[in-house]
Amino acid sequence: MMKSLLATTTALAVTVSSATATFAECTNNTWNRIMSDGKITIGVKPDYKPWGFIDKDGNLVGMEIDMAQEIADTMGVELELVATSGANRIPFLETGKIDMILATMSDRQDRREASGIALPNYYTSGTNIMAPKALGLKNWEDLRGKPVCGKQGAFYNKKATEVYGAELIAFGGAAEGKQALRDRKCVAFLSDDSSIVVDLQSGDWDDFEMPLPTEDDNPWALAVPLDEQSCIFGRFMSGMQYNWLQSGRLIELEAKWGIQPSAFLVDQKKRFQDWIE
Amino acid sequence: MVQEFFRELAETYPQMNFVFFYDPVQWQRVVDGFWMTVRLAAMCIVFSVIIGVIGAFIQTSHIRLLRWLTQGYIQFFRNTPPMVQLLFFYFALGPYTPSYSPDGWLEIPMISNVGWAVISLSFFAGAFNVEIFRAGLESVPESTREASEALGFTPLQIYTYIMLPLAFRTSLPALNANLINLAKTTTQAMVIAVPELFYQLVQIMSDFTTAQYPAMILMFVIYVGLVGLLASGMRAWERAMKIPGYGG
Repeated sequence: MMKSLLATTTALAVTVSSATATFAECTNNTWNRIMSDGKITIGVKPDYKPWGFIDKDGNLVGMEIDMAQEIADTMGVELELVATSGANRIPFLETGKIDMILATMSDRQDRREASGIALPNYYTSGTNIMAPKALGLKNWEDLRGKPVCGKQGAFYNKKATEVYGAELIAFGGAAEGKQALRDRKCVAFLSDDSSIVVDLQSGDWDDFEMPLPTEDDNPWALAVPLDEQSCIFGRFMSGMQYNWLQSGRLIELEAKWGIQPSAFLVDQKKRFQDWIE
Repeated sequence: MVQEFFRELAETYPQMNFVFFYDPVQWQRVVDGFWMTVRLAAMCIVFSVIIGVIGAFIQTSHIRLLRWLTQGYIQFFRNTPPMVQLLFFYFALGPYTPSYSPDGWLEIPMISNVGWAVISLSFFAGAFNVEIFRAGLESVPESTREASEALGFTPLQIYTYIMLPLAFRTSLPALNANLINLAKTTTQAMVIAVPELFYQLVQIMSDFTTAQYPAMILMFVIYVGLVGLLASGMRAWERAMKIPGYGG
């Protein structure tokens, strides 16, 4: 009975499931289409200052947008940016709406099963909260039973609710979540430490702090379609990332966008140091 | 048995992880979201019909200012997207409503995000309902109203006892379409973090990347079922109010 039920669902499942391709199976469909059309479509964040955000003139700009531009320039194609959210970036990639993800995505096991994450990781961040100084929050346990604002699609939402018992109010993007904190609809805004530091430095959040010990330091990853992970596209992206880390280019970009220098990038530069230099 | 099946299915086909059918925490989210959607839709339907009935009455008024105000309300709500209205009510008007503070920081407003969703969506659909009832009222022969006036009915009595019952029947098909639309528009309450079905399933999708297709399939099935139920209920009502040989 069980087996026959499984068999009947096979037809449906096979059409949507895919496995990591070996080089023998490389079709390089996406890569070839990008090269022949002369245009690459990259999914980025529109509300994640300063990695990807909309400036006063309405343009998508930021550190990851600079990186996206470098990818397009290296491939010699035009760049098209698509604004994505944490909840829709992987479906967008799977359905071909975007060619790759470069959208502050944390590298998680389940995401590796759905998207072609190309190593090495180019950045890292941990989880923390932005909270008013007046509340004097000290521990993650202080969040139990309290309303906490967040954003839909963040992997750390699950831990905050299930382990620390926060009552998460998740909005579509970071902008709404932060506005809700300002409107005092919640005691804290759950986000990554690196973006909180940038917000605190901006001068708009003077009465706020990042009070908790950062948890779950998690590297970020970019992703190409899963079946091109071990093909030209994935291998090319690995090369791009190696070069960014090795040359210190990302450290320059961090400085350009006013992000606090991260120890991760310094370590990576050391890790990939050229022995002949 | 069912749980076993879906657990096995998820292991065999990682993209088909129907996590909510075997993980009680996720199942609870689906159930909570479902009831929130049902409650939200039910409340909005009731309030929007009430708004429609009252608005249509005011439009028959002889006081010009009242008619202008209703017209302004209709134009405002009909000509702006419901998602913008939700964000406007919750973020722009929300801070000016009374609130209390349990800890010196939090300001818990008297009107929660669910409350704002009910208000916003009811007024949105209500604007259409006013116009729908007005169209129905116009289909009632003028002589009927004059006859009731001659019999000494007050304007309110004419409206509630004579015009509205007659107009209701002709308004029903258009009202139907609008209420069905309203039930579907409840998904937009997600932008102000109302934990309805769509919100909950998007949370599950992002917590379990492998549950994306299953969550979308479930969402589709539930909404088809819910809206289908509403549509067939309304259709039955339409049939019940039909006058043989009188069109409609």
